[in-house]
Amino acid sequence: MVENGIGASVRRKEDKRFLIGKGNYTDDINVAAQTHACFVRSPHAHATINSIDTGEAMASTGVVAVLTGDDLAADGIGPLICGVTVTSDDGEPHRAPAHPALAQGKVNYVGDHVAIVIAETLAQARDAAEKVDIDYGVLPAVTDTGSAADEGQQQIHEVAPNNMCFNWPFGEKDAVEAAFASAHKISTLDLVNNRMVTNPMEPRAALGEYNEGTEEITLHLTTQNPHVHRLVLSAFNQLAPEHKLRVVGPDVGGGFGAKIFVYAEELVVGWACRKVKRPVKWTSDRTEAFLSDAHGRDHVATAEMAMDENGKFLAMRVMTQANLGAYLSTFATMVPSYLYAFLLAGQYTTPLIYSEVKAVFTNTAPVDACRGAGRPEATYLVERLVDVAAADMGLDPAEIRRRNFIPVDAFPYQTPVVQCYDSGDYEAALDKAMAMADYDSFSARADEARTRGKRRGIGLSSYVEACGIAPSAAVGQLGAGVGLWESAQVRFNPTGNVQVFTGTHSHGQGHETTFAQLVTEQLGVPFENIEVIHGDTAKTQFGMGTYGSRSLAVGGVAIAKACEKLIAKGKKIAAHALEAAEGDIEFADGNFSVAGTDKAMNIAEVAFTAYVPHSYPEGLEPGFDENAFFDPLNFSFPAGTHICEVEVDPETGVVEIVKYTAVDDFGKLVNPMIVEGQVHGGIVHGVGQALLEGCRYDSEGQLITASYMDYAMPRADNVPSFDIDYAPTNPPHNPLGVKGCGEAGAIGAPPAVINAISNALGIKHIDMPATPENVWRAAQTAALG
Amino acid sequence: MPAVAMNVNGNAVSGEVEPRTLLVQFLRESLRLTGTHVGCDTSQCGACVVHVNGKSVKSCTMLAVMADGCDVTTIEGLATDGSMHPMQQAFMDNHGLQCGFCTPGMVMTALDIVNRNGNDLNEATVRKELEGNICRCTGYHNIVKSVQAGAKAMGE
Repeated sequence: MVENGIGASVRRKEDKRFLIGKGNYTDDINVAAQTHACFVRSPHAHATINSIDTGEAMASTGVVAVLTGDDLAADGIGPLICGVTVTSDDGEPHRAPAHPALAQGKVNYVGDHVAIVIAETLAQARDAAEKVDIDYGVLPAVTDTGSAADEGQQQIHEVAPNNMCFNWPFGEKDAVEAAFASAHKISTLDLVNNRMVTNPMEPRAALGEYNEGTEEITLHLTTQNPHVHRLVLSAFNQLAPEHKLRVVGPDVGGGFGAKIFVYAEELVVGWACRKVKRPVKWTSDRTEAFLSDAHGRDHVATAEMAMDENGKFLAMRVMTQANLGAYLSTFATMVPSYLYAFLLAGQYTTPLIYSEVKAVFTNTAPVDACRGAGRPEATYLVERLVDVAAADMGLDPAEIRRRNFIPVDAFPYQTPVVQCYDSGDYEAALDKAMAMADYDSFSARADEARTRGKRRGIGLSSYVEACGIAPSAAVGQLGAGVGLWESAQVRFNPTGNVQVFTGTHSHGQGHETTFAQLVTEQLGVPFENIEVIHGDTAKTQFGMGTYGSRSLAVGGVAIAKACEKLIAKGKKIAAHALEAAEGDIEFADGNFSVAGTDKAMNIAEVAFTAYVPHSYPEGLEPGFDENAFFDPLNFSFPAGTHICEVEVDPETGVVEIVKYTAVDDFGKLVNPMIVEGQVHGGIVHGVGQALLEGCRYDSEGQLITASYMDYAMPRADNVPSFDIDYAPTNPPHNPLGVKGCGEAGAIGAPPAVINAISNALGIKHIDMPATPENVWRAAQTAALG
Repeated sequence: MPAVAMNVNGNAVSGEVEPRTLLVQFLRESLRLTGTHVGCDTSQCGACVVHVNGKSVKSCTMLAVMADGCDVTTIEGLATDGSMHPMQQAFMDNHGLQCGFCTPGMVMTALDIVNRNGNDLNEATVRKELEGNICRCTGYHNIVKSVQAGAKAMGE
């Protein structure tokens, strides 16, 4: 194995700066003549704006400007867009209400942006913001997902009758109904997928600077995808031409989806800095983050499974109502549609699936991707339904899964819901996880717990996810407005060290380390001589950013392809220098050698020759610096089985996770230490959803979980340590043999936890979050023998 | 405006602040010590933990004027002669950080845990003591390992 190459748990390059307090997050950046911004936000969930009086605020100490939606409209900026079209059952595109970055005549959720106040200090901006006098005409609010489209509901947008964004049926309805009509047994489950607030620990921020000389705007943003921000802000929001807009995502403190989207604050700060001819900085506080970051999940669904007498799945039917909030966020329509319904086959051979998704508007914050994005919702529904089906059939949950798994020899496997899984061995992961979890002796542990008045439960979750969304042509056919390739540039400097530019963005994933490992493996350059650069549209060539566990599976391959080009060019240079035929040059371990001889030169010498081409192949371009793009042929399909064992105290409703086992298939691991960390974090995100996190609006549309006092984030004493292992298979589509690992835990964990609690209490179902109060109530009504 | 003077990471510093200025604002904005982070506004997340007179404090909970005359240590004050403190090294060795945002607060809290509980820390103690520091990335697994390893290394 190459030192620090693929498969090594190399310590991370990025850690030192974070550990000594020298990280460089957006709010850490301060520039000369900087002003500070505060957004005036709607205190009402639904209201007309009769008038805005900015006079007193403008006269307030230190105020530079107070700008409203009228100013924005006058400059032709915006509105914000949603980049994916879903066709509704009437053949029309989804309903897309205008989404102004500053309200124009109406507000539609608490936290909606009404004005920006810019002042010399943040305190002055905040003081003045309170002096902006807005006359609201308050309207009734719609906040409940399940009833938002009901007859007689308050209408939110004129363009969306019955508050419907789309009704998207998918699958063979008649065939599914026929299968249900002749089924031996039908299992049914109603469930809620609880709304989450994504909560990366670094709040969102924006710092805009305008250079009057070059007419260029530079925006430092908390972004997972600087190039996507630049493209959208330029092409759709008219902020500035793309070549006059630089977007920098410096160190970013976590994203989990919430920092993919183009937000109102980002556009307004970019516009305002040009308007006031001063740098403008805005940093969200945590309550603003709760109010205005895009939220996640929020489905109400009914799922049914038809089975034969052996518990073999014949057909599945799923009716879902999904809350998209007050406006469409950047990728909102895609999450409860393509990223959800296309995963409803799970790991099973269910031949017929019918899904109907009704997406609704409510007077709540926009809902979009949150770690997993659609796939956790699909997996939770499938894996909960499978447990209900097992109980209905009198089968062990492991047994019903085995009977329905797609067998290892059936890959590639075409599911009835578009996806063609390229590789997997689901039974291997299940077997390994059951052995690690000591599944077979669970009943002894349950008996022992019972002697202490506790109830033990064990829950399985066998998930599959689709990440590295691709290929571009397919997502284009589905209605996406972008391509989903990735790009890389690998540049040797004349002195032999290497700069790797990637279009993905690292905000905790450790790309600076993992990608350097790829290059050291492929080119034989020492790990310490490689620097990975990302996050600045002025430095990196192009990119689509980081989300959907795509960075290694897509971006890593682009790097590998750029390295291949360097090797090919290096062979020409070495052949000339070593006076051999190009076909006789071999490359290994960083050395170009003439086959069968001891004549060789290393890649650093080749790079130097390319920049100092005194003796050089005729017609060959100087330089040792290559670009590559990669557009995958298919998604990658990580999968695995997670097993959660809980102990429930029926007297208090407190759930303790006593053991958690995860066996995942991520293909080849580049840095096992980093992968394991991604799994840990994902599991706790999922455990948070299952046990703790529930975003709640009251009937008037006030967010009653708008701080860490009210919204329960998982803390160190809520979770155990985890047992992690792998059951890898090789994805044939991926040249590096890698899948994706960032979202797996958040997808696998929620059903494992809820299956375990249901098992402990002997109940059919409990909705998330299974807080002590909810569990206690369930325990009171359960027949606990 | 009131004047404040304190010793931060061994350096005497002073300044004039509005009375409402929080210690974390003074550190970040006046002293440009941006290693101390702000992750919430209800003293819950712990990203802003520093030491004041040797004890851990959420610096968003304290006014700058309250720290007048105090010794303050921030994450920037731990490394000596270019070498990381054993607790910082333990976080690196055990992959106890991902995005790095909660990390300074975690490390400062970890040192306080060691100061109060000694060098031999069991998992339950560490988890209970970390209750006031929120991390969204790591799932805590490797933070707990880091704190235990750092505590041990500090005793050697």
